[in-house]
Amino acid sequence: MSFRSREFFAFALLVSLCACKREQRIFDPGSAASQPAGATPLTEVGAGTSPPPGNRPNAIAESAYAVGEGKRLYQAYNCVGCHANGGGAIGPALMDSEWIYGSSLEQIHSTIVQGRPNGMPSFAGKIPDYQVWEIAAYVRSMSGQLPSDVAPSRSDHMPMVVPEQSRPKEHPGAEHPQPVITEPQR
Amino acid sequence: MNEQHVVIAEESYTTTSDAERAAQLAKVWAEPSGFLGWFKAVHHTTIGKRYMVTAFGFFLAAGLLAGAMRLQLAFPEAHIMSPDLYNQVFTMHGSVMMFLFAVPMMFEALSVYFVPLMVGTRNIAFPRLNAFSYYLFLFAGLMLFAFFFVNSGPDRGWFSYVPLSGPDYAPGKRADIWAQLITFTEISGLCVAVEVIVTVFKLRAPGMSLNRIPIFVWGEVVTSFMVIFAMPGVVVASTMLLLDRTASTQFFNPAVGGDVLLFQHLFWWFGHPEVYIIFIPGTAIVSTIAATFSRRHVFGYMALVLSLIATGFIAFGLWVHHMFATGIPQMSEGFFTAASMMIAIPAGTQIFCWLATILTGKVVLKTPMWWVLGFFFVFIIGGMTGIFVASVPVDLQVHDTYFVVAHFHYVLIGGAVFPMFGAFAYWFPKLTGRMLSEMLGLWSFWLFTIGFNITFFPMHILGLRGMPRRVYTYPADAGWTALNQIESVGYIFLFLGVAVFLYNVWHSLRRGEMAPANPWQAGGLEWATASPPATYNFLNMPTVNGSEPLWDALPDQPVVSGMHEDVREIVTTRILDAEPEGRDEMPGPTAWPFIAAVVTTALFIGSIFRPIAVSIGAIPLAIALIGWFWPTREESQRRARRNIWEQS
Amino acid sequence: MNLRATALLFFSSHQSPLNPAGIQARHIEHNLVLIFGITSAVYLIVIAVLFFGVLRNHAREGFVPHTLVEDPDVDRKATYIVGGAIGATVVLLFVMMISSFITSHRTAVLANAQSLKIDVYGHQWWWEVEYPMDEQPFRMVRTANEIHVPVGSVVTIHATSRDVIHSFWAPNIHGKKDLIPGYENDLTLEVDQPGTWRGQCAEFCGLQHAHMAFDIVAQSRADFDRWYVQQLSAAPEPTTPQTIHGRDVFLNHPCMMCHTIRGTTAGSTVGPDLTHVASRSMIAAGTLKNTPGNMAGWILNAQSIKPGVRMPPNPMPGQDLNDLLAYLETLR
Repeated sequence: MSFRSREFFAFALLVSLCACKREQRIFDPGSAASQPAGATPLTEVGAGTSPPPGNRPNAIAESAYAVGEGKRLYQAYNCVGCHANGGGAIGPALMDSEWIYGSSLEQIHSTIVQGRPNGMPSFAGKIPDYQVWEIAAYVRSMSGQLPSDVAPSRSDHMPMVVPEQSRPKEHPGAEHPQPVITEPQR
Repeated sequence: MNEQHVVIAEESYTTTSDAERAAQLAKVWAEPSGFLGWFKAVHHTTIGKRYMVTAFGFFLAAGLLAGAMRLQLAFPEAHIMSPDLYNQVFTMHGSVMMFLFAVPMMFEALSVYFVPLMVGTRNIAFPRLNAFSYYLFLFAGLMLFAFFFVNSGPDRGWFSYVPLSGPDYAPGKRADIWAQLITFTEISGLCVAVEVIVTVFKLRAPGMSLNRIPIFVWGEVVTSFMVIFAMPGVVVASTMLLLDRTASTQFFNPAVGGDVLLFQHLFWWFGHPEVYIIFIPGTAIVSTIAATFSRRHVFGYMALVLSLIATGFIAFGLWVHHMFATGIPQMSEGFFTAASMMIAIPAGTQIFCWLATILTGKVVLKTPMWWVLGFFFVFIIGGMTGIFVASVPVDLQVHDTYFVVAHFHYVLIGGAVFPMFGAFAYWFPKLTGRMLSEMLGLWSFWLFTIGFNITFFPMHILGLRGMPRRVYTYPADAGWTALNQIESVGYIFLFLGVAVFLYNVWHSLRRGEMAPANPWQAGGLEWATASPPATYNFLNMPTVNGSEPLWDALPDQPVVSGMHEDVREIVTTRILDAEPEGRDEMPGPTAWPFIAAVVTTALFIGSIFRPIAVSIGAIPLAIALIGWFWPTREESQRRARRNIWEQS
Repeated sequence: MNLRATALLFFSSHQSPLNPAGIQARHIEHNLVLIFGITSAVYLIVIAVLFFGVLRNHAREGFVPHTLVEDPDVDRKATYIVGGAIGATVVLLFVMMISSFITSHRTAVLANAQSLKIDVYGHQWWWEVEYPMDEQPFRMVRTANEIHVPVGSVVTIHATSRDVIHSFWAPNIHGKKDLIPGYENDLTLEVDQPGTWRGQCAEFCGLQHAHMAFDIVAQSRADFDRWYVQQLSAAPEPTTPQTIHGRDVFLNHPCMMCHTIRGTTAGSTVGPDLTHVASRSMIAAGTLKNTPGNMAGWILNAQSIKPGVRMPPNPMPGQDLNDLLAYLETLR
């Protein structure tokens, strides 16, 4: 009997390493995480850089639920209207390595919040902050930058698209030359 | 079978004394000892006991989860559990009860332990496969609870309908874990089904023709066939789900012509027979206990057997009554209503036969018989409410409400758990060599019965007052609060009933009265050997002269002689009349099934994360199987000799 | 009759199949009562037989070794009785089966009648309701979680799902019908009792399955027509400074990313249409009464009320919230 319980705990420990964060469901992000309108720190963030926003965004990028929410919001907030399901249309494609404004979670976050020249509108005040992080995490998953056990799978309404979890990994890193540098307008 | 001696061998052996033979058999059939021996055991009584303990452990765990749910539902709009946790808890409760308790206990544990004893042979057919299936079952349960404790418990219900459990709406690995749990337990169940069928069809004691097979064994045979036909359905469904989720197939994607209802059809093709898989062994136990404690052969043996078989067939014709609300054509509704009602005919036949047994016998009221009487009170209510859900219009109202929760708890607890406790009380002396306390047994019976009815009867009313299933809470003004609180109080009684039972077992194991070989004066072959049985089961392989072998034995009932007792030899008999046909050798202890099970487990769990694990894991699995089937020189020589004898 | 009155007292509820307010539920209730009567009678007989059998037959002396009580004559008689009982079972089953068929037929006959069509879409975790009565698409009534029907008219609920499987169930009116992605199901019903009848999702649909209710508001034809015409109109322009500011708050907050208010620039269909939200009696899919206080709590942090719901928390200064509530109040 003691053997069985020992084996069990060893096994549980092993599983817990990968499962704890992945399965977190954070429903109530707290009032601090969803910023009131107009309070977005527009001036502190430049293209390609961002202050470290604490531990929360990483927790979101490691939670399959949060990334799944990001996928849903990507549809709900009509990101598909310009970027399609990652293939790009009016807006640039998101499943490739052409990343002008950087591919880190923070950089994508500021792209969504601030907007970018030539079409990307600012969603400051329109989308609660934690949801922006969720969308950013999902956007990263589209180019295979999240672990496959966190990335969402195929969609029930789309016949043709390769699921995020099986996409070949792209490296749209910050080392890519940035042809356009925008200074935040004061 | 009236000849004096059934002589198997052409050369007769010099008869040694019984004590010497017993020592010789004990040596040959010995289970390996020590820590490593634990992994090598292959005897059906060892594996059967492990099955029982493990399945009962899962029963207790799932029962505690039920307590958590009753706590949450005791108050309207309660925040004791988050909806996320509640969904995991009710999914775990359902999945564990169905896949890790009910089927393994009623089918696998009981048939592995008792079927070889009841048909009078020395081990179950394919004993290594049996060990393998046990380890798979154990690992499935450990996996599920391990994932549950790290917040990865399945949360989509024990049925996990797509698209809710599909790739788009179930992020994370929870639904994958559910799908693999199914695969594990179903493989385990299929292995045991094959073993039971071969044991019953080929290894019966000489003279046990088809019309003398004990009812319990009949029940397990019918169940085995149902397992073989039903379980592939759910394995296919859960594997398709897993492929959809991990390998990007589109079986259930409506956008490309996939179909979400396909999953429901496959699932209920299994899910409905599953209910009968669980309670057919229960009814077979009732027949057994009712006969013993009414002091007569069970009334209407043939009617009972035919009812079991009919139930097995009809069970496959009514899966759609779980799907009446999905909008199926009226013609099909009519068909499935008729089929659903038709199953009441064999069920009614069984009940009337038991009543006749009790009314024409002399009833001895011991604990096992009390559980059987409790079974009547409870199970028949479940059967009656079954007619409500068989009727399409009424089902449209009560489907997915607490009425159905009440219905299937009356059917499953009535049809499986009451007989199971009866079976424990009845066979405990055989399993352990000790008697259970009669007084504590009655206490646990009454606590459990009263608690059960307090907990589940109000659910009928709740359902008719409109409370749907699987809700983590309910509004305060819905008028459901009082009944829910009564139910939660009932849980305390249920809990106490089980606690008293556990104490009874613990106490009896240490201080219980020693049990004789046949404490109930029963008629089954399992009572013809010592309590607990030695690893060779029977010193003299018995022959049989009636459906209750001990009651029907002739004064000079012959035994099988002429067996090779220096190897693990058994008699094989013909299917219909059980005339001796030949002899075969049972494989001995080995750790390979354990190793194979470990490798299979790694393969299954790995496939949740990387589908390629199936291909990679096949290599070590192949190695384990080669080790498993690697013959020794002596074995092959003996096999060759036996073949020559059989052909001549 | 007295029995029925007692039963009603016990079961009476705005969400119960035993308090029918529609023709279909009435037929089903009759069928249910018939089955209940037959099965309880059979149950009582069986248990009585068992009880008296055990009472008469039980052995006080315990086990007597090697004696069995079997008598071929008794068994032969018992065979006739058992055979008769099985025959009776078959007959009773046949009665219940035929009554089910008749009930099914009765609940289905209305399907051919001229009917009012209502589209119902299931969402996680609310109900989208559309009245496509006018041919022009822009003149369509779209509401949420509240279905208005005229009493005494045949209504066809045309149901499908936007995400996972849900089940539409208003027990006082009719049985349930699943909303399945990729399928379209019709449920024909006729309400014959005015009133508000609660319904709820009956198929497990995820985190907030418990909070996915709706109301069927059955009213006279005149009242229904009045309601319908009113719902067709766009939202009134705010007139006071407070409500004007409230509208601006709505349009500058995440609100407009999900909700529609016809007559403003908010036009998203992710969440319920709020054009006439103040005319509805409940919010959050039957979870909360539609009072300003509840609405304020819901806007500020819906997650504390319905954890996992799609509505995000919207912290805002008290003044903004007040004005927003005042504006929402005008959306009648």
